[in-house]
Amino acid sequence: MVRNALQRLLQSVLVLLGAALLVFLMLRIIPGNPAAVLMGEHADATVIKRMTEELGLDQPVLVQFFRYIADALRGDFGTSFSLGKPVSELMASAFVNTLILALFASAYAWILGIISGVIAAVKKNSLPDRLFMGASLLGVSMPVFMAAMLLQFFLGYQLKWLPIAGTSDWTGFILPAIALGWNSAGSVARLVRSTLLEILEEDYIDTARAKGRGQMGVLMVHALRNAMLPVITMMAIQLSGMLSGAVITETVFSVNGIGRLAVQAISSRDIPLLQGTVLFSAAIVIIGNYVADSLYNVLDPRIRKEA
Amino acid sequence: MADNTLEIRNLNTSFFTQHGEVRAVNDVSLDVRRAQITGIVGESGCGKSMTARSVMGLVRYPGRIVSGRIRLDGKEITGLSKKEMCSLRGNELSMIFQEPMSSLNPVMKVGKQVEETLRIHQHVTKEEAARRTEEIFREVGISDARSRMACYPHQLSGGLRQRVMIAMAMICKPKLLIADEPTTALDVTVEAQILSLMKRLCEGGTSILLISHNLGVIAQVCDYVYVMYAGRIVEQADTCTLFDHPVHPYTRALLGAASSLRSGAARLETIPGGVPNLLHLPSGCSFSPRCEKCARQCQNEVPQMLPVSGEGHLARCYFANVPEE
Ligand SMILES: Nc1ncnc2c1ncn2[C@@H]1O[C@H](COP(=O)(O)OP(=O)(O)O)[C@@H](O)[C@H]1O
Ligand SMILES: [Mg+2]
Repeated sequence: MVRNALQRLLQSVLVLLGAALLVFLMLRIIPGNPAAVLMGEHADATVIKRMTEELGLDQPVLVQFFRYIADALRGDFGTSFSLGKPVSELMASAFVNTLILALFASAYAWILGIISGVIAAVKKNSLPDRLFMGASLLGVSMPVFMAAMLLQFFLGYQLKWLPIAGTSDWTGFILPAIALGWNSAGSVARLVRSTLLEILEEDYIDTARAKGRGQMGVLMVHALRNAMLPVITMMAIQLSGMLSGAVITETVFSVNGIGRLAVQAISSRDIPLLQGTVLFSAAIVIIGNYVADSLYNVLDPRIRKEA
Repeated sequence: MADNTLEIRNLNTSFFTQHGEVRAVNDVSLDVRRAQITGIVGESGCGKSMTARSVMGLVRYPGRIVSGRIRLDGKEITGLSKKEMCSLRGNELSMIFQEPMSSLNPVMKVGKQVEETLRIHQHVTKEEAARRTEEIFREVGISDARSRMACYPHQLSGGLRQRVMIAMAMICKPKLLIADEPTTALDVTVEAQILSLMKRLCEGGTSILLISHNLGVIAQVCDYVYVMYAGRIVEQADTCTLFDHPVHPYTRALLGAASSLRSGAARLETIPGGVPNLLHLPSGCSFSPRCEKCARQCQNEVPQMLPVSGEGHLARCYFANVPEE
């Protein structure tokens, strides 16, 4: 078990390093000298040359890469060209917003998804089942930007219940959270329903009923616990996706999160900032997968044994 | 105290499918006598499990009990509310299933699963529940009870899992234990152990309804046997009588097939034809299409259970009392 966990950890670290190298190389392939971009159109050649040396851009790419990794391990991701502040500082403050958004979105998505999935499974083919499954189909198939614009139009513009964009206070997080969680709610509801339906057919559900458990007891003590195994894995991956920066949602609702920071970095050709945000997102996704895997191992005694 | 722990009268259980009504249990009447093992034997698909599930109130949709009466220890249990049935199940009325692996919850320790039955029906402390579980584990022959309680189902062998199932069913000391093919998934030596455990439980006062498709199992432990075919009881007698003087052509064919298997005959004796479709039963005796004695009468009307010489021996055959030529 411990050996398996370590093995997977090592794998994750390697994947992360690979991702970092890829990002690093891709940014070097883009034509144009970042130092020239940084100094502006009218800088003269000697100034650009000095800047290039200062940034270490005259060194071989691999040397640059290892320098970057070494610095990154110390928490130093360089200084943003466009904003003039340390990248780590910018990412930290953006991450707070991304985190709040992700927690809001996932909390509502999971509660909604699990409850409606359970009701749909227990009352299979009933009106609530059809309603929930119809809504969840809309949830998984409607693109985020469309949900976002509908929410902005109806709840923000017409009814004026909530701010259309910006996060001057916490109410600003509500609409983006709904838009961002919409998809997850739909897929969680569908997965809960189908897993639960499968599990309610299992022999051990009969055993639980033969013991004298009522419907609620069968559901809570035996069925849900087993049904949650795949659902929890899905949720861990969803959360890591949200934490790595919801580019569209953050942009549409002007939430200053990691996703929006990355978009800013791209539009201003801010290489250190882009490198930092992309690497950060990759790290979050890799960690999310690692956690999902580990959770499965912890929750399912059958896997725990084999490992 | 009633003589019979369980009395089933004219039970009909059907599945209402798209294609029509599947009569899984067809006018079944049977008794389980106190502190005896009563068997039901028949080919798979003949309605044994559905009879058991009807008693437990565990028939799944789209099936339901259409009519009939079931009495447990003299008390009518048909028509009880869901809540009242829950308080009976696991407490006065228990059941164990064929597949001991899939019948246990894979993510719950087996000790917890056995304690659960006790804690549903009796207000006991955690410690008391654990102590009683350890005790029942010993009673059903699980050695090293304390450490086995902390195991998950996949860590135990098939035989041990079935013992856990029996412990779970027995911990509240039920009046009736229904065992639906409890040894079918086990190998022969383990089967013998489980059967002798059942005998021991019976000697301790538990009435048992044992379901099997295996005549050998029935012969080893049952006091009285019902033979089932296509949803109906076709013959019933105490075990010795049934094996020595079977009357119904189906019972005879079944015994013939079993003995040819045992003696390693050159040609396996089989019953010609197939089990009738429970959706479209023949209008007369359900066995008539496969029966060599079949007469016109047999095809027109379902025979009643007729008494055969010998006490408590009945058969659903017009020729039950016609001596062999
Ligand atoms: N879900 C179902 N839908 C329709 N028919 C069913 C269903 N479950 C069982 N049956 C019918 O009930 C009959 C009896 O099944 P069962 O009692 O399980 O047989 P067995 O004697 O092997 O235990 C089967 O032959 C089958 O036709
Ligand atoms: Mg069966």
